[in-house]
Amino acid sequence: MITDLKILKERERQVYLKGEEPFDMKCDVKSTAGSVSQRACVFCGSRVVLYPVADALHLVHGPIGCAAYTWDIRGALSSGPELHRKSFSTDLTEKEVIFGGEKKLYQALNELIEKHSPKAAFVYSTCIVGIIGDDVGAVAKRVAKEKDIPVIPVHSEGFKGTKKDGYQAACTALLKLVGKGDIKGISKTSINILGEFNIGGEAWMITEYYKKMGVEVVSVLTGDSRIENIKKAHGASLNVVQCSGSMLYLAKKMEEEYGIPFIRVSYFGLEDTSKALYDVASIFKDNTDVMEKTKILVKEEVLKIYEDLLFYKKHLTGKRAAIYVGGAFKAFSLIKALKFLGMKTVLVGSQTGNDEDYEILRDMCDDGTVILDDSNPIELSKYIVEKKADLFIGGVKERPIAYKMGIGFCDHNHERKTPLAGFKGMYNFADEVYSTVMSPVWKFCPIRPELYDNPFLKRGIL
Amino acid sequence: MLLKHTPEKINERKALVINPAKTCQPIGAMYAALGINSCLPHSHGSQGCCSYHRSTLTRHYKEPVMAATSSFTEGSSVFGGQSNLIQAFNNIFTVYEPEVIAVHTTCLSETIGDDVTQISKKALDDGKIPDGKYVIHASTPSYVGSHVTGFANMCNGMVNCLAEKSNVKCDFLNIIPGYVEPSDMEEIKKIIEALGVKYIMFPDTSGILNGPQTGKYSMYPKGGATVADIKRTGDAIGTLALGKTASSLAAKTLDTKFKVPCEIIDLPIGLSSTDTFIDTLRKIAGTSVPDSITRERGQLVDIITDMHQYFFEKKVAVFGDPDQVIALTGFLVDLDMCPIHIVTGTPDKKFEEKIKKITESVPYEVNVKAKGDTFLLHQWIKNEPVDLLIGNTYGKYIARDEDIPFLRFGFPIIDRIGHSYFPTVGYKGAMHLLVNILDLLLTRVDRDAPEESFELVL
Repeated sequence: MITDLKILKERERQVYLKGEEPFDMKCDVKSTAGSVSQRACVFCGSRVVLYPVADALHLVHGPIGCAAYTWDIRGALSSGPELHRKSFSTDLTEKEVIFGGEKKLYQALNELIEKHSPKAAFVYSTCIVGIIGDDVGAVAKRVAKEKDIPVIPVHSEGFKGTKKDGYQAACTALLKLVGKGDIKGISKTSINILGEFNIGGEAWMITEYYKKMGVEVVSVLTGDSRIENIKKAHGASLNVVQCSGSMLYLAKKMEEEYGIPFIRVSYFGLEDTSKALYDVASIFKDNTDVMEKTKILVKEEVLKIYEDLLFYKKHLTGKRAAIYVGGAFKAFSLIKALKFLGMKTVLVGSQTGNDEDYEILRDMCDDGTVILDDSNPIELSKYIVEKKADLFIGGVKERPIAYKMGIGFCDHNHERKTPLAGFKGMYNFADEVYSTVMSPVWKFCPIRPELYDNPFLKRGIL
Repeated sequence: MLLKHTPEKINERKALVINPAKTCQPIGAMYAALGINSCLPHSHGSQGCCSYHRSTLTRHYKEPVMAATSSFTEGSSVFGGQSNLIQAFNNIFTVYEPEVIAVHTTCLSETIGDDVTQISKKALDDGKIPDGKYVIHASTPSYVGSHVTGFANMCNGMVNCLAEKSNVKCDFLNIIPGYVEPSDMEEIKKIIEALGVKYIMFPDTSGILNGPQTGKYSMYPKGGATVADIKRTGDAIGTLALGKTASSLAAKTLDTKFKVPCEIIDLPIGLSSTDTFIDTLRKIAGTSVPDSITRERGQLVDIITDMHQYFFEKKVAVFGDPDQVIALTGFLVDLDMCPIHIVTGTPDKKFEEKIKKITESVPYEVNVKAKGDTFLLHQWIKNEPVDLLIGNTYGKYIARDEDIPFLRFGFPIIDRIGHSYFPTVGYKGAMHLLVNILDLLLTRVDRDAPEESFELVL
């Protein structure tokens, strides 16, 4: 055992200290009832993946909450329509729970499509819809026929699994669009960018890289995407998959159905971004131009920021980080990027990692690093204190925990507004980490006044 | 133009809510439960509900928000969530060690017919609830009411599951503060204490959701109503409930169950409502109003006299929760402003009637709707523009599109701070509101003034 902290018996194998034997991490399991889990539901998974499709109508079929909590919470930017940023709900009430909500859904879809003329409509099923048994598929089919646009049911009943199952439901919905468009004129040197949601404009940045490399981007799924582009996605020669948790299923299906191969990449950190671009370039090796252009691009981009990064590294070397993210894949890149900045990862965990992910994490981490699956605030705070972290990287629910303990925080989830992808993203990340870890505010906090020449400490106040 | 999709022409919508002005019951229940000392709220439903509520409360308060969930699976939604809940009790009391678990239901657990009263009783009978520990519960299906009724139901759950009558003669008053900020709860306590009234207030989120930086993460921060106190509420001389929608249910239960008489008044937001609050307190407790309070009131009236010409006939649109909106609308009318578009998302039969009455003297047509949404509010504003918009963070879209000064007020506020620390109740709170309203109006005057009439002294 690492400490005397009480861990739910069922969770004992979800906490591991690097260096201990045997390594027998239990993951990919439902959360134990009664745990203060940081996880979300199926609906949440579907909603975040499809959310950035900007010219589609997103109608949440259920009581008001599910729509209210997902109203414009992602920093996924659109270069055109903003329809996705509105909140549409059938606001099911007792009457519909008893007599069924199909009629209301039909009416709502009609009203909305007439008003907004969207290119397609996604209808999200919530918990209650799965229980009262509305035939969302039938309503969708009817409206699609009457209005002549794709109306796609998303089977995202909250209780039917974890967020991951929601990703899959979203992919299934997207697959109904893929293959419907005209792919004439698409270059052989072309890709789809999968699992990139254009948070803070990241997809724009990455698309620009590919443009400079001479690679055509057919569609981005789903950052700043349009229905027309998604329909044409099968015209690309390669699927480049980021954030593998959300889009791997789509990539695999597209490989089966359209014979499009895929590769997994990450655009976080200099090392991974360069590798991603080189990997794509090497696939288009028939077109020698691409590799040449990629080399020039990488060199240019790295040179732009390298000196600044060294400044941050100088100040951050030796600082310690704790990471708790949704998908484990994100954690891999974070560990590497932190290492580049001279920082050590002392805790790493994810909400949805699988066996393979945790093995990779174990191999990446130094002895003494705590590895966690589906953790909770008590565990996280306990180990953060024990491991003397200076920085916590996580999502919305973790931020105030870090601040209460008097350490820096960096949001690596979908609520952030700054792009952290690509070369420029690495600069932004370093800047953000520096600004929070080195903030003078920590010297006024009681946690580690010994770190500073602290007037309060001297006066015996803290 | 984020809301470029909002047309001026208003069509009646039957099946559809666009850009809601409410959210669902469970989050209100969770907020209320956080107002009990050493209490872990528990969401009996899917994991997502709990996660969304915690995230939203975290964004609003910028504080850690803890709650557990029954983590429903497909299996539990077929066979019922009883075993999940009982397992949850066991896990929570073993690992997180709260004194109370406050269970609220969700649309899922309600629809499959889980009876939390019966399950909790079974857990107690089977010895699954350790000595000195408590489980309280409330039924809060998401397809009924709104976050406000969820709050009301959990307050009622506190009374139902904890309150007792000992027949020992007591001289304290119960206060149910309503769905207000921790800062407001603090201010309400301050006022009551200034009047020298003995009281028990529940729930009380002050200290819990506006706590100091301590260098430590604590699952149960200092603060909140204690179980011991809530138990005693059956012995009180009376209950003063602030805000009908959020507080009357629990107050009435105390009345019917323990014969504790109750008085239900508006939230003390603004001048007249605070007057009523203080007067009611004074009468119930048989005390007189201390100079410190009289002085605060005088200061408030002084500010209004100094600046009244700037408020005159300014048109205002307001949206939010019924209790807040009713009191605030009254304040705006007191200030000689003209609240003309008023929306609450919460279904409330008396709301429209009440607002009509409050705004009788307003020399314009007044639009009011309960169960409305901000889409409708925006349409009204397009048809009849206003000088000021008041509402939660989601009002910022309208404010930007229509270029209207915007005061953040209500729940949730996820893009500014201050609401946890500066009250809007009481005379001090009214001053705070006034200063903010004036600042917005005058900043606009400065912004729009042509060079020759740009004035130093306003």
